[in-house]
Amino acid sequence: MHAATTHLNTPGQAASAGGDAGARRRPRPMTSLRKITSVELKLVLREPLTLVFSFAFPVVLLFVMGEVFGQSTGDPGEVVFRDFGAMDYYVPGYLALVAVAFAMISLPTHLAAYRERGVLRRLHASGVRGRQILASQTLVGVALTTVGAVLVTVLGMLVYDVRGPAAPLSVILIYLLSTLCFMALGCLLGALIPRARAAQGIGLILFFVMMFVSGTAPPVEVMSGVMLDIGKALPLYHAATALQDAWNGLGVNWTEVGILAGITMGALALTARLFRWD
Amino acid sequence: MQPARNGGTVINVEGLRKTYGRLAAVDGIDFSVRRGEIFGLLGPNGAGKTTAVECIQGLRPFDAGSVDVVGLDPRTQADELRQRIGCQLQQSALPDNIRVWEALDMFASLYGSPVDWRRLIDQWGLAEKRTARFHSLSGGQKQRLFVALALVNDPEVVFLDEMTTGLDPAARRVAWSLVEELREQGTTVVLVTHFMDEAERLCDRIAVVEGGHIVANDTPMGLVSSSGGGIRAVFGCDPAADLAFLTAVPGVGEVRRGGRRVEVAGDGPHVALVAHDLAPEDFRVQQPSLEDAFLRLTGHGMEE
Ligand SMILES: Nc1ncnc2c1ncn2[C@@H]1O[C@H](COP(=O)(O)OP(=O)(O)OP(=O)(O)O)[C@@H](O)[C@H]1O
Ligand SMILES: [Mg+2]
Repeated sequence: MHAATTHLNTPGQAASAGGDAGARRRPRPMTSLRKITSVELKLVLREPLTLVFSFAFPVVLLFVMGEVFGQSTGDPGEVVFRDFGAMDYYVPGYLALVAVAFAMISLPTHLAAYRERGVLRRLHASGVRGRQILASQTLVGVALTTVGAVLVTVLGMLVYDVRGPAAPLSVILIYLLSTLCFMALGCLLGALIPRARAAQGIGLILFFVMMFVSGTAPPVEVMSGVMLDIGKALPLYHAATALQDAWNGLGVNWTEVGILAGITMGALALTARLFRWD
Repeated sequence: MQPARNGGTVINVEGLRKTYGRLAAVDGIDFSVRRGEIFGLLGPNGAGKTTAVECIQGLRPFDAGSVDVVGLDPRTQADELRQRIGCQLQQSALPDNIRVWEALDMFASLYGSPVDWRRLIDQWGLAEKRTARFHSLSGGQKQRLFVALALVNDPEVVFLDEMTTGLDPAARRVAWSLVEELREQGTTVVLVTHFMDEAERLCDRIAVVEGGHIVANDTPMGLVSSSGGGIRAVFGCDPAADLAFLTAVPGVGEVRRGGRRVEVAGDGPHVALVAHDLAPEDFRVQQPSLEDAFLRLTGHGMEE
């Protein structure tokens, strides 16, 4: 082999389309990422089912809970909804729930379908990095679910008299951290599960389990000890709690923030190890 | 050895081996490709062609051997390699809803020195489809889009794995002349195919792959003359006729009969003698083709 390699770097002719290596510029990863993300964003906007699920679902949920509870605080002497108004309790949790829906169902299904169909192979062959794929999915997820979150907030404030967030900046930062955490978990699922059908099934189950044990459906006070234990093992409980706290003037709950950050890091590290192109 | 156009070796493969469990899909192959040539890998289904090129492209890990592409090792320098080669994969896809122009635009953004993809759209006959979504393209249009994507970085070496599968005859011919144009520009092409006419028309050299091995590596003409067998005379004749005398004709190798059809194989001059003695009306002479060489080399057909 080495006899031949001495010729290998012979520059091509001046007219050679291949050109010599020296004339090639380096790729610009940020430019690529921006382009991939903008294409992915367009693609998701062409996916009516994903859109309906991301936007209509939280609105429906808000409507149901709002009609049932209004701003009720439960019976006198009984603490429920953490002593906030019911909708002051639910709306911050829904901000996280919107992100969970996208991150657990749409994102892993999308990634697994890309793998199954050979889209990932095609991107890989052109030098796309795994982290560019994951970053673009995360960015699209954050963009989409933020629209859903704003929708829920505005409707909640207009229709159900939800009070504005006590510490808007903290709410935004905790919201972003939570969303990042869910997207990282969604990427992990997408890395782990080879087939789109399986990803969809597993994602749906995870979503409903999280929704019911995290205080985002039945309030924390009515959940059994086992339910709470399961809830605390899953990230939505921590995101909802931290968001409720910041929203209702209890400040930044650093314990929950730390847990969310830890889960995010763990998910990212695992995803980096487990990600497969085919 | 014929002189290489631009000199130098761009791909060198030695002892490449790739196993899937107990199956050795690629079982120790060696070849090199010179700058500016069109090098063909020809072989039956499952021969290991795709596996071999994917190892060479740095898309698959392999078990043994050394590979060098434009001076880079696909095992350790895959990222740099991808900037300099183009790959049309046998199996891959794009998102259903991506538009043709968006795909080209996005793939162009992945490279430091992309070409103008608008030109590729025209060259590969996709102008009418530039805003069409991927899922709405026909098989041949998808295929042409993939070839265009493989060229968007102006690669030094382009790997085309079954480029013309699904193309209609006219589109195949256009594709062939575009590949010849690539060669004119100095791009090296590795062409995986099982179309004989394509290999014969385009390839400067062909490696015939069978069961994970390279069983022959030569120019198309070289393969035909070394492995194509002799000229054959074919004609119709009463099945009862006694043709034993043919074997006495100098140069006649083998006489095969099936119903009225008689096939006489051998070296050049026997043909005239056969024709002279029988004067059949439907007498035809068949030159050996690349297909004959291929069938002999891979042991398929011929000995029905
Ligand atoms: N991922 C894989 N896992 C297990 N076996 C594989 C895998 N990919 C290929 N093979 C096997 O390796 C052998 C070579 O396959 P390969 O795709 O390289 O053949 P090929 O020459 O490209 O065939 P074709 O002309 O049909 O494209 C086949 O027997 C195939 O079944
Ligand atoms: Mg193949």
